[in-house]
Amino acid sequence: MTQVLLIFLPVVCALLIPLLFKKLPSIHTGWFVLLVPASLAVYYATFVTKLENHGPYTSTFHWVKSLDLSFTSYIDGLSLLFSLLITGIGALVVLYSIFYLDKNKEQLHNFYFYLLMFMTAMLGVVQSDHLISLYLFWELTSISSFLLIGYWYNRDKSRFGALKSMMITVFGGLMMLGGFLLVANMGDTYSIRDLVAQAPTLASSPYFVLALVLILLGAFTKSAQFPFYIWLPDAMEAPTPVSAYLHSATMVKAGIYLVARLTPIFAISEYWIWLVLGSGLITLFWGSFFALKQTDLKGILAFSTVSQLGLIMSMLGAAAISLHVDGGSSAIFKFAAFAAIFHLINHATFKGSLFMIAGIVDHETGTRDIRKLGGLMSLMPISFTVAAIGSLSMAGLPPFNGFLSKELFFTSMLALKEFTLFNFDTWGAIIPIIAWVASVFTFAYCLYFLYNTFIAKSDYKELPKKPHEAPFGMLISPIILASFVVIIFFIPNIIGKYFVKPAVLAIQPQLYRSASEIDITVKAFHGFKSTELWMTIAVVIVGFILFSTMKKWRKIYTLVPEKWSFNHLYDQLMLAADVGSKKLSNLYMTGAIRHYLMYMFACIVALVVTTLFLKDGFKFSFAHTAKIGIFEVAIVIVLIVGTLTVLLAKSRLTAIIALGAVGYSVALFFIIFNAPDLALTQLVIETVSVALFLLAFYHLPKRYRIEERMPFKINNFLIALGVGIMVTLLALSAQSQKLIPSISQYYKDTVFTEAGGGNIVNVILVDYRGFDTLFEITVLSIAGMAIIGMIKLRLSRKEKKSHENE
Amino acid sequence: MKMNNVILKTTTQVVFFIIFLFSIHIFLAGHFAPGGGFVGGLLTASALVLLLLTYDLKTVKNLLPINYMTLTAVGLLLALGTASLSAFFGEAFFMHYFDHFNIPLLGDTELHTAMIFDLGVYFVVVGVTMIIIQSIGGDE
Amino acid sequence: MEVLMAFVIGFLFMAAVYLILSKSILRIIIGTGLLSHGAHLLILTMGGLTNDAPPVLAEGAKNMADPLPQALILTAIVISFGVTAFFLVLAYRAYQELGTDNIDELRGKLKDD
Repeated sequence: MTQVLLIFLPVVCALLIPLLFKKLPSIHTGWFVLLVPASLAVYYATFVTKLENHGPYTSTFHWVKSLDLSFTSYIDGLSLLFSLLITGIGALVVLYSIFYLDKNKEQLHNFYFYLLMFMTAMLGVVQSDHLISLYLFWELTSISSFLLIGYWYNRDKSRFGALKSMMITVFGGLMMLGGFLLVANMGDTYSIRDLVAQAPTLASSPYFVLALVLILLGAFTKSAQFPFYIWLPDAMEAPTPVSAYLHSATMVKAGIYLVARLTPIFAISEYWIWLVLGSGLITLFWGSFFALKQTDLKGILAFSTVSQLGLIMSMLGAAAISLHVDGGSSAIFKFAAFAAIFHLINHATFKGSLFMIAGIVDHETGTRDIRKLGGLMSLMPISFTVAAIGSLSMAGLPPFNGFLSKELFFTSMLALKEFTLFNFDTWGAIIPIIAWVASVFTFAYCLYFLYNTFIAKSDYKELPKKPHEAPFGMLISPIILASFVVIIFFIPNIIGKYFVKPAVLAIQPQLYRSASEIDITVKAFHGFKSTELWMTIAVVIVGFILFSTMKKWRKIYTLVPEKWSFNHLYDQLMLAADVGSKKLSNLYMTGAIRHYLMYMFACIVALVVTTLFLKDGFKFSFAHTAKIGIFEVAIVIVLIVGTLTVLLAKSRLTAIIALGAVGYSVALFFIIFNAPDLALTQLVIETVSVALFLLAFYHLPKRYRIEERMPFKINNFLIALGVGIMVTLLALSAQSQKLIPSISQYYKDTVFTEAGGGNIVNVILVDYRGFDTLFEITVLSIAGMAIIGMIKLRLSRKEKKSHENE
Repeated sequence: MKMNNVILKTTTQVVFFIIFLFSIHIFLAGHFAPGGGFVGGLLTASALVLLLLTYDLKTVKNLLPINYMTLTAVGLLLALGTASLSAFFGEAFFMHYFDHFNIPLLGDTELHTAMIFDLGVYFVVVGVTMIIIQSIGGDE
Repeated sequence: MEVLMAFVIGFLFMAAVYLILSKSILRIIIGTGLLSHGAHLLILTMGGLTNDAPPVLAEGAKNMADPLPQALILTAIVISFGVTAFFLVLAYRAYQELGTDNIDELRGKLKDD
């Protein structure tokens, strides 16, 4: 139980944040916030060693029992790894933000509230076993991301970026919900564990591929895959701690998590393999290629994140292949899953540090424009070292962890050449080439980032601020992350044993019985005969040439006009939706209540008559009807004459009195048809109503009729006639066909024994259906209050005028 | 609303009490015979309206210094309280209780928690009706 | 009787809808009043009219009327009273403030704004 409730710890703590911000303004609120992810990280760290022997941990909190809605926290290797990333990086990011955000200028209570909300949402995503709760948390991450990107809400670009990310990720989320519902319908359960257990039978469902595509749409939009990546560069308007946390380390990896988590279910399908692998590879290339075009430091990092996410995604696609191969050659396909998870950890470390350095550069120089920057190496030596470690690791050089995962990536891509199913014998050979080309560009943009910011010559006069090294507190987090980058290079197999392999077990439960069975060891050096090594050497050489000749070939970015880009497409779509929906609603939303009423009445008539027609409602029978006496006829005549008088009256007084007459004749009907309670109430109400009308008479408009043109009258009359005919048909139909017996027999039988009463109507009102009455008197009270409000609490026009003039 | 009509005033003095007492009767009888909180409340309100029509608003306010807003609120609280009472005894919301008691003078009488709920309804109906009438009638 | 009632109710609804669609605010209010009368009679008629006794327990009472429609109508009567009163006040306040009772003029921008 604690385990599942701890997911909500951040958001519960978030409730205290505004209080702390207001009451203790002298202490930076971040220090309190830091406690939350730090303590959670320690808590999750205790699972690491236990997990191997004690299996996955589950803990359930029942939410809506009758709907089978529950929060189940399911911690296996994959969830644990993500939970550690979320809380660990979270703690570092909060620490960094303490120095990044000024406590006197920024609205810290908003910032940390959203950040903690995000933490809960993200923990919920990676620990949920129930598909619906996974979806809820998933959307909550979109919402908190929206709020954080739009944190500086008075900047146009922030609001634009926030909306864009929201539109795209929520679109994906909704698609994903559809996929979830299909899958749950196929397997008759919402539990991911149960679905995995019955994975082989799911594939035979006709909706399998549709569900697969819908779920992938969710994952691809979230993880910024091609062509949905366009929101991520615009999301860089967020404060840098947010970019480092949400938009590189955690939230964008939710899609990766989802793909990894559902691999056991969908890996059987070739569509899955091609979609995940293909979109991953395209994204990898696309992101790395366009990263070189960017001039904003964070823009480069955003495109590099897009590219790296594609890399992980493509490896997950390759990991799905290992299910289709057995026998001796299968060993080489098993690297992909390991490589994916391993690179996920590495990416979180080096990209996190790079974002923080970009933030520091922005903070200390006042700009992120790489064309203005340069030569910061001597002024900011520590930042430069960290940036060098981060970018060289990203470029795939030793002795940094990026080198190891890049080698593994080449290994798993090269293995695809050996695969023959699903058309891989024709296309498989291209895949390593794409991977290599993308790596070349990756190498080039890493140099571009590092060289142009820190090494290239520049005069500092163009910079808004005089640059100097950042305060030490701000450097702590990037230094910690950078040291991880180095440490992991030297102990990859310890990381592999405790973090990567348990996660791989969750991705490929069909292949292994326990995490220790996975016999993959990571080596930095495979000997001079290995293809991977030569590929890396070629990457370095070609990448270097590409970078040094950048000025000459950069023109190709301008070859494709801006209006063919996905950004332009998105803008056009938004514009069209905006203008189109406005036009559409202006078409019928006239602002005149009369028109709305006409729509309503027409629709009611159409719906009721159609339903009657479809359900054979027109079988009228006039048996078992009450007799018509002279008394009844007399009342009917009074009622009709009264109504006609109301319709035709020239003065208001006549109309009001005629309305009263109609009311009294209704009361007489109640008497005839054995409803004494109704008759009493109606009589008194009618009296009070007439009194009310007469009291208000003095204030009411003098006119009763307003001149109306003939077509207007005919139009109204036709609609009125339609409603009248419909009601008559409905009444006749209801009278002719009693499909189900009245439930009143129960009341008649139990009124004395159960409720101790005799007047059934009154007992229904106060006892059986007391809820109705309770709400009714509430509505009545509200009406009374509204009337008081309208009459007593008001400013006359003169007073209002004088207020406005003041 | 001023009307200096001696006949009206004299009749009202009698008729008001007749209607008022009748409304109380109707309200109490509600559980076994036609009547109840709604009708009772409306009748009481109409008796008060009669007073309003005969005398003016100020006189009636001095005569019966009732804040109808408070009355409505009390009624709502009574109704809601009775409904939620059973929840404190582990029963379903809106569970009513009744039993027979031997009360001096009245003899065997059935007492009912539904009656308290109905009293709430009565108060709300009287309160709201009077709020409406007073607001409209009192507006200049 | 039920058939006759069906036509009477249809007529009430027709008159009510016609009034509601007209321009004068007062006619609209009176229309809602007629509409609720029609609805009450409709519910009562649908519950059946062929009964001998009111739904009150009494010695020898047989074939009692259906109490449920009556309970629903009782609730509806009081609510419609509240709503009518609300409309009435809304109308006269609007008339006082804006100086028109024409529903088409009420939605437009005022001349002096």
